[in-house]
Order: sequence, then C-alpha cells, then structure tokens
Amino acid sequence: MSLLQIERLGIAFGGLRAVHDVSFSVEPGEIVSVIGPNGAGKTTLFNMISGVYRPGSGKVRLKGEDVTGMEPFLLAARGMSRTFQNLQIFQNMTVLENAMAGFHLQERGPVLADLLNLPSSRKRTRMAEEGARALLARVGLERAADREAGNLSYGSLKRLEIARALAMNPAVLLLDEPAAGCNAVETEEIDHLIAEVAKSGVAILLVEHDMKMVMRISNHVVVLDHGEKIAEGPPEAVSRNPAVIAAYLGTEAADADR
Amino acid sequence: MRLSSKHLTLIIMAALIVAAPFFFPSGYYFRVGALIFVNALAVTGIVILTGYAGQISLGHAGFAGIGGYACALAPVHWGLPPALAVVLGAAVSAALAYLVGRPILRLKGYYLGVASLGFGILVAMVLNNERELTKGPDGIEVADLGLRGLLKDWGLNLSNGEFWYAFTGLCLVIGAWIALNLFNSPSGRALRALHGSEIAAGTVGIDVARVKLQAFVISAVYASVAGSLTALQNKFVTPDIAGFMHSVEMVTMAVLGGVGSVPGAILGAGILTLLPQVLTVFAEYEQLILGLVMMLVMIFLREGLVPSILRKIRGRGE
Repeated sequence: MSLLQIERLGIAFGGLRAVHDVSFSVEPGEIVSVIGPNGAGKTTLFNMISGVYRPGSGKVRLKGEDVTGMEPFLLAARGMSRTFQNLQIFQNMTVLENAMAGFHLQERGPVLADLLNLPSSRKRTRMAEEGARALLARVGLERAADREAGNLSYGSLKRLEIARALAMNPAVLLLDEPAAGCNAVETEEIDHLIAEVAKSGVAILLVEHDMKMVMRISNHVVVLDHGEKIAEGPPEAVSRNPAVIAAYLGTEAADADR
Repeated sequence: MRLSSKHLTLIIMAALIVAAPFFFPSGYYFRVGALIFVNALAVTGIVILTGYAGQISLGHAGFAGIGGYACALAPVHWGLPPALAVVLGAAVSAALAYLVGRPILRLKGYYLGVASLGFGILVAMVLNNERELTKGPDGIEVADLGLRGLLKDWGLNLSNGEFWYAFTGLCLVIGAWIALNLFNSPSGRALRALHGSEIAAGTVGIDVARVKLQAFVISAVYASVAGSLTALQNKFVTPDIAGFMHSVEMVTMAVLGGVGSVPGAILGAGILTLLPQVLTVFAEYEQLILGLVMMLVMIFLREGLVPSILRKIRGRGE
C-alpha cells in the first residue's frame, strides 16, 4: 500500500478541464516530481491533493484512507503537510514563532490554560520552542530566530516554510516549487534539505520548474500537459520521452527535429 | 525576553494606576480614570479579536449591553447578588457569541463585521422596546455591587470615586494579564497565524473556524464584563450602552492606540475617553477634532500609536 495514492483525479473550471484523469502514487522515502509546461495543471493538482480544491472526480488516499476533498487542517492531522509556490508566511510573527506555529497540533491545549498562563500551557510553549529552534538550526535559520519573518530574504523564507512544514512531522510532504526564485546556492541548499528529509522516510511530492533539480533528486517523475498525464517513470527515461520533449518544446520543434 | 516584556507592561500599568491619583486636582478625576479603565477593558477584547485574530466586529456594544442589563435585571428578578450577575452576563454573552459566530466564522471575509453589526442593533432594539423588563430608552437602575460596604467593614474606607477607580483599575490589570498570556501561548499563536495567512494556518492543522470562534467568544466576555462594570459604577444603565456608536467607539480606540497591542488599546481608550472631557470647551467641535485626530493617525502612524512609536524607538536603537 502506497503512502499517498492519487486515483484518476480530475477537476473542471467551467468547462475547462484543468486536470483530467491523473493517477500515480508516492512511497515512503520516495521523491516524486510533477513537471509540465506552464498551465499544465500542476498547482491545481496540488491544491486538490492538499484539500484546497475539492476534486470533481477521482480519489486521494492517504495511508490507504480516502481523504478526497478533506479540509487542509484535517489532512494535517493525518500527516500531510505542504508549502506554497507563492509563499504563505505568517508575516506578523517572528521567524521562531512561524516555526512554532508548525507545532500547533502538538502544542495546542485547553484555551483556558493558555489564558491563565498555567504551567501546562507554559510547558507546551516550551516544547514547541525547543522543537522550533532545532528545526531552524536544521534549515540554517537559527540566527534569524527573533527577526520579524517579513524581513527575511526570499530564499530564507522558502526554507522557513519547509521548516514549518517539517514541524508537523509529516508522513507526506508536498512542496510547490521550493526552489522558485532562489539563486543557485539557495537551490542547492534546498536540494540537500529535501533529499535529507526523504531519507528519513517522508514521502515527498514535488512540483518544480527547475529541471536540473528535478532530474537530480527525483526517484520518479510524472509529466502533465493540458491537465493530463502524458508520461511517467524514472527521470532519465522521462527526459528522453518524445511526448515530453514535444510538450516542452512544442510539437513543431519536435517535428522540425525529425 | 518576551516574558519580561509582558511583566514590564503589567508593572508599568499598575504603577501608573497607583501613581496617577497623586496628580489629580480633584476627586472628579477618579471617575474619569475609572471610565478609561472600563473602556480599555472592552478594547482589550477587541485587541484579541481584531489585533490577534484579524477579525472585525461592529457589534461588541451588544455584549456590553447584555453585561450591563444582567446587573440591572438579575438581582431584581432572580435575587442574584450583583457580582454573580456579572458572571451571568458574561456567560450569556459567551453563549450568544458562540451561537452568532459559529455559522458566520466558517465563511471567509467580512461577514462577521456585518453579522455582528446586526446583532448589536438587535440587542439595542430589544433593550429599547421590551419596556416591561428593561423600562425602555429611559434606562433602569442598577443595584450596588456591595463590595465598597464590605471593604468599609474591614476598615478600608474609600469614597465612591476612589473605590471604582481602584476596582476597575484592578480589573483592567487582570484583563491585560490574560490578553498578554494569550499572545504568547499556543492558542494565541494559532490566532495570530490565521491573521497572517488563513490558508497556511490550515496546513499546519489549525482549525481556523474553531479558533476564530474562540477569539470572538473571549472578546465578547471582555465587552460584557466592561458593560457590567459601567452599569454597576453608574448604578444606572440605558440602552445606549448597546448602541452602534459604542461599538464603533471600541474599534476606534483600538485602532488609534494600535490594534495588535494591549498597551495600545489602553492608550487609545485613554485618549478617546479624555478628549471629550478636555474638549468640553469646544463641545461643538469635538466630533471634528476626533475625526481629525483619527485621520492624522491613519495617515502618519498607520499601525496605531504604540506600535508605531515602539518601531521608531527600536529603529533608532539599531
């Protein structure tokens, strides 16, 4: 049984089939990448898996359980975590607090205890703070802990978002273009981080534009075009697939090649 | 570091409350001080709802009305001591906030603002029209809290003004302590997270609708207790306490001082309670000057007085 199983998932926005009949699965410790040209439906697919959109058809299974269309906060409790293409950072909080918020499911407790600052509440906060500091060290942000999150560089924010997602100790991690807008050094850092997380047994689903990164770290690649899966397999095989080349370069270019 | 800033805020507050009477030219200022403290208590609730959680309410005066009238009605009709009437009012307010907020807070956007506005108007209408019970627009008498008499028996003889100054000051310090506790707690972090990004809050497992409801209920209790204290202090309450203008006043005070900041709420309440007293000379221009002050703050100190000033000080320090 796969950790994350996508079965014939589809959605239409007023007649436009944004995603149609897409199936694949992700195993523990595996890095699966979804690639495809702009507008291929990658982010839409992601939003369906993570519960932001309700799929029009098909199923999402997490640890064998049907979680199709379940709200994100319920998916989080079942071990699914994600990052966003266009960062979703808590700008009104410090870097440390952002990472601590990732521990919500572990640190939450009776609100009355929090209002009265009871020892149980302080203990939960302390636990989250320790965990958050360890995670910030892991992504190289420990020195920025007390800064306002809004003041961080783009690459740092990307890592902060990954740290926050890891705080939940997820079984499945969805990363939406984690390297977008990052320079070569930052991309490599994120690269290493993702590989390390996968090694610890987390199933990783990645949407990424940076082909070099995809080819380097993925175990398995799923290619979307016009909302449909056109190819799937190990990175080397996919990169040689004529249908994939045609989708990326356009059919005319592929024809001209012949 | 955070912990000490919380304690520092509370210590400064308590010190100011204790020290201020030494500069009062007359006993009348105890009354003004108590008014400020009660307003600040209600505004502290707005800080939790709007400043922490990012939700807007335009009907919190409705909860103040419930708290106020609970103190007027419960002792007469059910023989409840006024102190328990405060608790009853808070419980009713919390329950109503839960019932009103539950369906609305599932929706995104400004539905809460509109619905709470309707709720506030509804409460004001009931208080105005149920003459049998509330005696209508002329208002109704409120029983004595009885605590001042008790203190007298124990040898602490305070004037009415002094007692209410001390008592509401104490309530405000407790209210601020609770709000500051919340800020840095797991529940408070969840509220601030949803303010920062509702979608990201969901992905870390925060049940957004549930924690919004928590903030709404907590802030309703603040407004209710403030309403009770107003009624008990005046020994009289009119439906104006639940009026739309009172709701707007609460939000204005919070925004002026800095809606994310507890000390800001208190400063905002202080300024907007004092201003009309100072401006009695220019009574005709009071609204004009208030409006001008608000506009200037929004243009030059958008985050409100306290956060903007703190930022300036810190910026200079670096």
